[in-house]
Amino acid sequence: MRELDIDAIKENLPQVLGFVEEQLEGQGCDASVITQIDIAVEEIFVNIASYAYDPDVGPANIRVEIIEEPLSVVISFIDNGKPYDPLARPDPDIKKPLRERQKGGLGIFMVKKSMDNVTYEYKDGQNILTITKNIS
Amino acid sequence: MNITMNKNGKVLIVAVAGRLDTLNSPELEKKLGPALEGIEDLVFDFSEVTYISSAGLRVLLTSMQIMETRGKMTVKNVTRDVMDIFEITGFAEDLNIE
Repeated sequence: MRELDIDAIKENLPQVLGFVEEQLEGQGCDASVITQIDIAVEEIFVNIASYAYDPDVGPANIRVEIIEEPLSVVISFIDNGKPYDPLARPDPDIKKPLRERQKGGLGIFMVKKSMDNVTYEYKDGQNILTITKNIS
Repeated sequence: MNITMNKNGKVLIVAVAGRLDTLNSPELEKKLGPALEGIEDLVFDFSEVTYISSAGLRVLLTSMQIMETRGKMTVKNVTRDVMDIFEITGFAEDLNIE
């Protein structure tokens, strides 16, 4: 398992993506799967950067682990900001015409749809959001 | 990200190249604002867009809402990865995709 401690600010997104992609190197991941993982990481990290410590800045801890059978990547995002379960939010109504849509909620919905597993827990004052994606 | 705008009368073609992510999308939104003045036919050329997150989708949503009263909006040359996102989010059904 490898981890990255970084300030949760949007400007650090390229570094976060670089760190995650580094861990995926050599795993023979499909480019489309890497894109899906990148999008999920972006949505989650940007959410933390936007809301967890607002209006202050705080840290995020990102952990990446490759597990076997099936070959998967497990990525955890840990912050000690306000307790917030993004999975509790109702999914946007994707059947609704775009013109009537609210602008929020799409990001985490994309994460739920593109990852194989997404879990949230609040433990010891920390938000822990974990995504798992099969990369075999 | 690269944005190329080509205006011809009431038609505006916006070719985007690169990633429409949280960091880049505000630039597109900012450039589009004044450029849409007087436009009745907005065309996004997405042949070089390799990545779109919710921030990019929001720009499309805003543009679509603006264009609704003025004319039409089309997205053309959508890559496979971007189309997957359009399908997951229901944008595929509502966007004019060529």
